[in-house]
Amino acid sequence: MSAVLEVHGLAKRFGGIVAVDGVSFDVRAGEILGIIGPNGSGKSTLFNCILGQLKPTAGDVRIDGRAVTGMRPCDLNRLGVSRTFQLLQIFPQLSVRENLILAGQEHQGTLLSRLLGRRDAGLSQRADEMLGFFRLAELGDERAGGLSYGQQKLLDAAMAFMAGPRLVLLDEPAGGVNLTMLAGLRDRLKAINAERGATFVVIEHNMEFVMALCHRILVLAEGRIIAQGDPAEVRRDPRVVEAYLGQ
Amino acid sequence: MRRLLAAVALALIAAFLLAAPFAFKPYGVFILGMWAVMSIAAIGLNLTLGYAGQISLAQAAFVGIGAYVTAYLTTHGWPFWSGYVLAALACFAIGWLLGYPALRVQHHYLAFVTLAFTTLVYLVFRNEEWLTGGIYGISNIPRPSVLGLSMEPPRAFYYFCLAHLVLVSLATWWLIRSPWGRAFVAVRENPLRALSLGVDTRRYTLLAFALGAGLGGIAGALYAPLVQYIDPSPFALGLSLNLLLMVVVGGSGYFFGPYLGAVVAVLLPEWLRFTQGYYLMAYAVLVVFLMAVSPAGLLGLADRLLRARRAAAPRATP
Repeated sequence: MSAVLEVHGLAKRFGGIVAVDGVSFDVRAGEILGIIGPNGSGKSTLFNCILGQLKPTAGDVRIDGRAVTGMRPCDLNRLGVSRTFQLLQIFPQLSVRENLILAGQEHQGTLLSRLLGRRDAGLSQRADEMLGFFRLAELGDERAGGLSYGQQKLLDAAMAFMAGPRLVLLDEPAGGVNLTMLAGLRDRLKAINAERGATFVVIEHNMEFVMALCHRILVLAEGRIIAQGDPAEVRRDPRVVEAYLGQ
Repeated sequence: MRRLLAAVALALIAAFLLAAPFAFKPYGVFILGMWAVMSIAAIGLNLTLGYAGQISLAQAAFVGIGAYVTAYLTTHGWPFWSGYVLAALACFAIGWLLGYPALRVQHHYLAFVTLAFTTLVYLVFRNEEWLTGGIYGISNIPRPSVLGLSMEPPRAFYYFCLAHLVLVSLATWWLIRSPWGRAFVAVRENPLRALSLGVDTRRYTLLAFALGAGLGGIAGALYAPLVQYIDPSPFALGLSLNLLLMVVVGGSGYFFGPYLGAVVAVLLPEWLRFTQGYYLMAYAVLVVFLMAVSPAGLLGLADRLLRARRAAAPRATP
């Protein structure tokens, strides 16, 4: 299968600190790739460089073979690359449905049609589908800021999938989510992957969640890939144990 | 129930605005016209500040540019509408050009950049005598005719301004409920997330800024024939601050905020005239008190009180 995301020799330095130090990997279409590593190993910086939020010091990023290094996040998103953030990022003043419509409206029509056309940009039905899929169906008209933390986390994920992206980068989707909600989230992500062939890259600390969700795992330490393989291989790898336990 | 109350309140206000000129002396009618014009300028600033979250002290400059464009053209034999359209377009374009470099900075830095712009435009009005008449300004600005009806009498011109306020209100209502309005709010609340959802934050911020400027231009195009004589002094920094006050006192980001803010800034000082020399002091104390009690403005205060009442009322379902 072809690679959706190719990262080659990516590096990011902040002054004298090397946060990401020459990372290369591919993600195949339909794959769920996990990235794990201790705190400060460069996971989030790697994400931000791939997504154009930070400008990498060296290296390049390709989406479907197309060079996108340094492209603005909004343009990258319209190419079908979506993300969630480590900390919750929703729009609390808008209703739940409006949050979802916002997540889809820039992907269709023109600037002018978004001014003169329909208020919901024709996305109400799609938003309700997403609400149903993420088990938020009753909450469409609620103010997003009024939802529970777990529900907001689901909304956050639903927004990332609203425009039907090819590739989704999830930054600690399980952080702060209770066990019941977590099982639901994992189940929803697996379903989207199976039904729509969406490709994921997931940063996560919750090992159980990662092992159950991902097809393949990269282990990052001090800005470098120190191990990779399927979940069982990674779990057995002595370098991974060492990086985590610091022996 | 709430919708009905809102409809009744709107109908009462509309009835008052339509009937008022028959009860007021010409000066009162003039002040009401000024309220309508300043409301339009404040609606523009509310787009920039309230919806897109960008603080601007340039609104007086845009009102001034709109007024001078209209005054110059109409006193040189051009029809009113040419001045009106050109004022709006010129302010939109200048807003866009100013926003391009200015919006690279935010918050109080943006306030400084726009403050400098207002000062610059004021100096152009005062010093470029060949164009603006310098400190002598431009006088005998004619009022237009609409469908053969002269807008010259104070009452007619008041209705003319009111009609523009209604049109601007409807257009703004449409705008903030369109996907653009949603994008403006998203950019204000969380630009990072908006960017990651494909919202071109730079373009929407520029649009909000330029549209706000364009409405400032429209307000200026009405201001010139309303006062019929313009000089540079009303368009100095004081007006920018006053417009900012209208938006903040009314309730920044609330649709009806600017109208209420303009009542406080335009009408209230007139009503406080009975206090003679103390009216500015009384006015200042009122505004300071309001800001201390409710930084979200009058509508923010109303919102809070309504919510508190609803929360206190027993609910049928848990």
